[in-house]
Amino acid sequence: MKEETSNNSRRKFLKSVGLTVGAAGVVSGFSLLGAAKAAAQEPGETVNLLTQDGQLVQVDKNQLRPTVTGPLTELQKRGREGIAGKSFVMVIDLSKCRNARKCMDACQNHHQLRPDQHHINVLQMQDAEHTAPYFMPKPCQHCDNPPCTKVCPVDATFKRQDGIVLIDNERCIGCRFCIAACPYSARIFQWTEPKDAEKYKNLTYNIEANVPQKKGTVSKCLFSADRLRENKLPSCVSSCPNGVYYFGDQNEDAVTNGTTHETVRFSKLIEENAGYTLMPELGTKPRVYYLPPKNRAFEFNGDLLNEENLH
Amino acid sequence: MNDLQEQKETTLSFEKIKKDILRPMQNHKGLELWIAFLITVISVCAWAYYVQLRDGLGVTGMRDYVSWGLYIANFVFFVAVSLVGMLISSILGLLRIDWITPISRIAEIIAVAFVAVAGLVIIMDMGRPDRVVNVLIHGRFQSPILWDITVVTTYLTISLLLLILPMIPDLAICKNELKKASPILKKLYNILSFGYINTPSQYKHLHKMIRTLMVLIVPVGLAIHTVTSWLFAATLRNGWDTTIFGPYFVAGAFVAGSAGLIVAMYFFRVSYKLKDYITDVQFDKMGKLMVAVCLVYLYFNLNEFLVPGYKMKTGDDIHLTELFAGHWAIMFWSSQLLGNVIPIMLLVTKKFRKPFPIMIISLFILAGAWIKRYVIVIPTLLHPHLPIQNVPQNFVHYYPSAIEISVTVLSFALALLIITVLSKIFPVVPICEIAEQKGIEVKIEA
Repeated sequence: MKEETSNNSRRKFLKSVGLTVGAAGVVSGFSLLGAAKAAAQEPGETVNLLTQDGQLVQVDKNQLRPTVTGPLTELQKRGREGIAGKSFVMVIDLSKCRNARKCMDACQNHHQLRPDQHHINVLQMQDAEHTAPYFMPKPCQHCDNPPCTKVCPVDATFKRQDGIVLIDNERCIGCRFCIAACPYSARIFQWTEPKDAEKYKNLTYNIEANVPQKKGTVSKCLFSADRLRENKLPSCVSSCPNGVYYFGDQNEDAVTNGTTHETVRFSKLIEENAGYTLMPELGTKPRVYYLPPKNRAFEFNGDLLNEENLH
Repeated sequence: MNDLQEQKETTLSFEKIKKDILRPMQNHKGLELWIAFLITVISVCAWAYYVQLRDGLGVTGMRDYVSWGLYIANFVFFVAVSLVGMLISSILGLLRIDWITPISRIAEIIAVAFVAVAGLVIIMDMGRPDRVVNVLIHGRFQSPILWDITVVTTYLTISLLLLILPMIPDLAICKNELKKASPILKKLYNILSFGYINTPSQYKHLHKMIRTLMVLIVPVGLAIHTVTSWLFAATLRNGWDTTIFGPYFVAGAFVAGSAGLIVAMYFFRVSYKLKDYITDVQFDKMGKLMVAVCLVYLYFNLNEFLVPGYKMKTGDDIHLTELFAGHWAIMFWSSQLLGNVIPIMLLVTKKFRKPFPIMIISLFILAGAWIKRYVIVIPTLLHPHLPIQNVPQNFVHYYPSAIEISVTVLSFALALLIITVLSKIFPVVPICEIAEQKGIEVKIEA
């Protein structure tokens, strides 16, 4: 996936002040529309914005423009609809994962999570007693037959047209049925006040990033839906130093490696490497594919203790 | 029934029945102390719930893997006990079994109290109880939670009606007899007796309504427990992903409900001095019924554990090993033995079906039933398909916190309070039905 070339002026401006601001960060009542035009104006009052990598930055208020509709409703609406014409897939090459955990860090940064909260978790796996152990990053599988959205009593978690399974933390009642229903243990719950709740309390909630996180609601991997809207790869994919992740659009049959930025045919990648999905017998139809840990690029350096550790 | 008892029964007059049954409602110091005690417990434990509301569910022992804990186990237990209303007053009532007459109202009171509190327990488990109205605004009928809410409220409504309708003649008596009752109560009796004076047409209509409700509550009663089991069976987890969960839960509910009823019968018999009404016969018959429902439950347990235990499929194997011989073995086997197998062996003997021994046995069955729910809910969550890694130690184990235990105590105290208050303002034994059954003429003044 390549960076979009339209909207150039705006992007240039943002880069010039060293920012990549997602729609996520827009403070209530304003948007970045027309920001470039405003750049010429005199600096005035500043406001706090959240950048893509989870940093709070101060931006001149002159660079912001009020939006026509309330941004929360707008974000919720487009968040529920998804991106038309897309069908997102992820491919995880297990032969390349050496447990660097950069994906976990980037993810936790992006989604304002504590170190023990995982939207993506790198697991040490061993399928049977005498089989080789390997590392397996495990994001939400964004199933096409999602057991989690089925059980939600209030339609707070749902499947979008682009294949992404999302959660609306403004609607979730915290019954945790979806956590019980997910066979991949992909969902977490905000048991207490989320990390940095005080700091982010004035940010407008963005359904496509689940930020700011909300106490008493469920959260999980969203394929960085906010970044996808800007034609960027998900945080975990971009941050991997080892070329583990491919991400792309099944409709285009193309996936891009987050490390090498090489774009390959999705179907060919799966076919040539005997790609598979997790627990296909459950009928969940995941959108995350795995390439087997064959011809590995590294020695397994995990600390598999015993079987207990694995289950 | 022996001759001595029959003789005693014939000496009962309508006046005596009225006097015996209405006495504890008017003057019972112990009961008032008990209510005060329950209210104290509720106030203290309500503070625990306040802390949970303020700080979030993090004050409980639940974490991302064991995301349902004590509350959900307790919810299942409450729903289970409430099923006794349907078993006693409907199934046995429709079969025209006569020994249930004196205990059917106690069964209905238990049903109402436990199902009402079960609904509250679910709200106590919610992360965002402030958004409970979302269930009405955005409710999705594809979710078993919606089905559960529907059947729980329906069951509560029909149970309330089945409590009140058969009580109408008795309430007409209360209206006339309880001169010293508070004005509010008098008004309540007046309203709820609906001007009943036992005319043949009133009698006919009332009994027609009651029988209709008795039929209606059977499918609803089955549904309430079946749907509760589906909250688990609808998932893909080892230990929950089984097809017999519905009938298995219903069978277990009959066991827990019957045990709850026996304990309540004993306390009303002693505390309300109702020996002449809740007689040894009722305990003896309940004991036999208990053996029957325990055997059915045992049969389901064999199916539920023996069949997967024989195969030891991947995933099931860890779960079952932990239950049979691992961390959960003590709880698992005590629920099976103390809560099921040993009671069956004891209750086949007549002497153990006497009021006191069967009450003690029922307490064990109740404890076993509660532990059983705990063992159904929690171990499964600790054995997910994928390994639990990179999380703190307290994610890997589950121990309920003091707050969680207090909120659970709160739910028990609430249920007991509802039972106590209902038995304080309403006659716990049906006056008119008893008189009728004994061939005594029922006279109700206008």
